[in-house]
Amino acid sequence: MKACVIVFPASNCDRDMQVALERSTGKKVDMVWHRESDLSGYDLVAVPGGFSYGDYLRCGAMAARSPIMGAIKKHADRGGLLLGVCNGFQILTEAGLLPGVLMRNANLKFVCRDVELTVERNDTAFASGYTKGQKIRIPVAHHDGNYFTDDETLKRIEGNGQVAFRYVDNPNGSLNSIAGVYNERGNVLGLMPHPERLVDAQLGGTDGLPMFDALAKGAA
Amino acid sequence: MKATVHVTLKNGVLDPQGKAIEHTLSGLGFKGIGDVRQGKFIELDIAEKDKTKAREQVDAMCRQLLANTVIENYTIEIIE
Repeated sequence: MKACVIVFPASNCDRDMQVALERSTGKKVDMVWHRESDLSGYDLVAVPGGFSYGDYLRCGAMAARSPIMGAIKKHADRGGLLLGVCNGFQILTEAGLLPGVLMRNANLKFVCRDVELTVERNDTAFASGYTKGQKIRIPVAHHDGNYFTDDETLKRIEGNGQVAFRYVDNPNGSLNSIAGVYNERGNVLGLMPHPERLVDAQLGGTDGLPMFDALAKGAA
Repeated sequence: MKATVHVTLKNGVLDPQGKAIEHTLSGLGFKGIGDVRQGKFIELDIAEKDKTKAREQVDAMCRQLLANTVIENYTIEIIE
């Protein structure tokens, strides 16, 4: 299992992601600067949280057009695993790798707290460590996490079972309480909550750990 | 040549910032305010001398970066 974390200007959860992945895989996880253009040889690419390019224009808009994105698209096209968390989720939607868009929270407030999520499916490389319907507690920290898409796309992703996680108590106005979505093929996941922040009991919990353990096992 | 671009949220897309502006305007005593929508205004210089080609270029910029067409509409004005 070879994994890397993409680093943009003003990424700030990149190191947490690296620690979580190294802990589960037992291998060194590379940090890849956004100016790079080759990701061949990686099984898993993680796009971390943060405020890339200061959220200018739209969250993730600039990062989604940076040089590394061509390689990220190629990686996803060949079936490689791709995980986007928080700003990483925004970047993947802006790049067209995941459906929908993350808008300003409906109450206009920055939400920073633990939230409860329902695991919608567990037949993916990301969620096989959970049970279907399981409730997990994961922190969110965002101003723009309000998942939105047009009716037609919403129907399609619901029909395809592309919803990965749902908020039990919707904190940001997301349509259908959607907290995370897969692409149609199931090898790309984006979610607003931060599983990488809960992989050590000393840091408040381990509900994020099954995701990284499953990824480490699945792409061994 | 100069180009100006207005980016606005599509009809039916909830605009919480517009709503907040509306509430604050009401709070300031402005009466009869409704349906406040906020958007973005982008202005840029463009070397292209042909108006049609300039518009095409800016249209491509809108599709590729300036607007997210999942939720936003845009209008372009080319000023000579």
